[in-house]
Amino acid sequence: MWMRFIGQRLLQLIPVLAGVSMIVFLTMHLTPGDPIEHMLGQAGRITQRQIDELRAHYALDRPMLVQYGLFLKRALVGDFGPSYSHLGRPVREVVAERLPATLELTLFSFALALALSVPVGVLASVRPQGLFDRLATAGALLGISMPGFWLGLVLMILFGLRLHWLPISGRLDLGLVLPSATGLNSLDALIAGDGAALWSALRHLLLPGLTMAAPMAAMVVRMVRSSMIGVLSQDYVQFARAKGLPERAVICKHALGNALIPAVNVVALQAGLLLSGNMVIEVVFQYPGIGKLAVDAISSADYPLVQAIVLIYALSYVLLNLGADVLHMVLDPRIRRPQEGR
Amino acid sequence: MASPWVEDATLEPTPGTPPGTLKLLLKNRVALASGLVLLGFVIVALFAPLLAPHDPGKQHPEAIRASPFWLPGGDIRFPLGADSLGRDLLSRTIYGARVSILLGVVVVLLTLVMGTGLGMPAGYFGGWLDTVLSRAVDILLAFPFLIFALAIMASTGPNLVALVSALAFKGWVDFYRVARADTLAARESSYVTAARGIGASTPYILFREILPNIAPPLIVLATLRMAVIIIAEASLSFLGIGVPPGIPAWGTMVADGRGDIAGAWWTATIPGLAVLGLVLAVNLFGEGLRDALDPRMRR
Repeated sequence: MWMRFIGQRLLQLIPVLAGVSMIVFLTMHLTPGDPIEHMLGQAGRITQRQIDELRAHYALDRPMLVQYGLFLKRALVGDFGPSYSHLGRPVREVVAERLPATLELTLFSFALALALSVPVGVLASVRPQGLFDRLATAGALLGISMPGFWLGLVLMILFGLRLHWLPISGRLDLGLVLPSATGLNSLDALIAGDGAALWSALRHLLLPGLTMAAPMAAMVVRMVRSSMIGVLSQDYVQFARAKGLPERAVICKHALGNALIPAVNVVALQAGLLLSGNMVIEVVFQYPGIGKLAVDAISSADYPLVQAIVLIYALSYVLLNLGADVLHMVLDPRIRRPQEGR
Repeated sequence: MASPWVEDATLEPTPGTPPGTLKLLLKNRVALASGLVLLGFVIVALFAPLLAPHDPGKQHPEAIRASPFWLPGGDIRFPLGADSLGRDLLSRTIYGARVSILLGVVVVLLTLVMGTGLGMPAGYFGGWLDTVLSRAVDILLAFPFLIFALAIMASTGPNLVALVSALAFKGWVDFYRVARADTLAARESSYVTAARGIGASTPYILFREILPNIAPPLIVLATLRMAVIIIAEASLSFLGIGVPPGIPAWGTMVADGRGDIAGAWWTATIPGLAVLGLVLAVNLFGEGLRDALDPRMRR
């Protein structure tokens, strides 16, 4: 049954991704900027014949539909051709170089957001309208209303430039070298047993990670809080209390598990949002991930690179949603039953 | 399937805006305060030329990176200081309200009309229309919004029409989903059955019977979407692909001030504070509106 459900959902992804790829392809090809001109801007003087050759080489002289077909055929095997702006290196290579940085930042902020928000949401729900709840609710509202680029700059000014506590850009201190096993610096440092590098990597992650985590943490606090308040008023929780269980056991053992189920969906959707916010934050912190790569690629009309990155974002977005659905099903038996009956 | 009679008993429609909405809203102090702040922003935007002490684009060479008046070296003629070109920050922030509010309102109205216009027929008629639209919505939902807006803006360059389309492109989906689901529920309700029974036309049922009933959640959604749109516009402007250069916009101002954060930190932070203030007011007002329109959702 699991396999069938997941299989069905994976099949549904095909039209979605086809639509996404078509939209990406079209928008990037309606650009006024000519990629050949952009490339030649860097290369110096070149004859018309060479221009035509380049155009033919990148299939830019073929009809749009043919170009899309070629794009799709190659995209299916992860081949996005040469990047226009990185001296013709394969897009796959350029992206693969930057992807671990984004992955590390995203995982870090995801963990940070959860570690901050779940306890806060639970504590806030214990005494609704109490002082802690009011503070948490206000903080959550602030987190949702704050533009990420602004929060990033404020944190940079405060903790980087004024207090000199944390670095404001990059991924590692200068002079530190790490053997790259996974590309995730903190993990590599852990594998290598290099304490100094691990410390440095985590310090570099903290400010961008916090900026990225803020809106998500805010959403999860609200979700966990309201869902906990609902659960805490239910009969079985009242019963656990009446049995004389200590409040801590009632909350942690009886209420929290059920309250987190609806939160899982929100978390997955927020993870998608996290991916979108990722770009702005990487630009603010000059963080060498694919978000910054995308913004740079757009300004140099590097179509293949932009297409590849947008598809990566879209793919991770839909996979996260799929993951949330599966997890939701695992956690909540009530959803499973009607599915079986169908 | 559940019998329609049982459903009628449980699905009790509140016709139109519940009575006393305004009274409830005025009694909610937070909502009232945020509403006033919001009104303040709108007034500032409308009367920007009267309120701004300087021309927002004019460069004052004597005031380059001038501090706000409360800091040492501040000049009261430039109350919030000036940027690296000597442009008055207060005047630019005042003018910046215009583009944020205007774009927020235009995009939200556009997506509200589009989403409701497509969602109601999809929910009411179902069939192939519903299938086609819901598939399209699935595709759009799989699309990371900001990166899509980025792709559009990158291909057109910064201009207002493209910006509105980029922001509206996915925004209607939320309205569509609410309008569709609520219309679907309303279709089977007693008041629609009754209207059909006395021979009301389909457009009459859709616009005069169903629309007033599904309006409150749509209005609340519109407010909350406005906050999202304002942040999105500011983010795109910050990345240099939102509002065209020459029009003062908060996101652009933060980007302009980014290089100066070590010295003149106010050039980047003050316009961002304006975004925060406006979005906060919109969000608080939206929540107050939700509580007033639907007391069941109060927490």
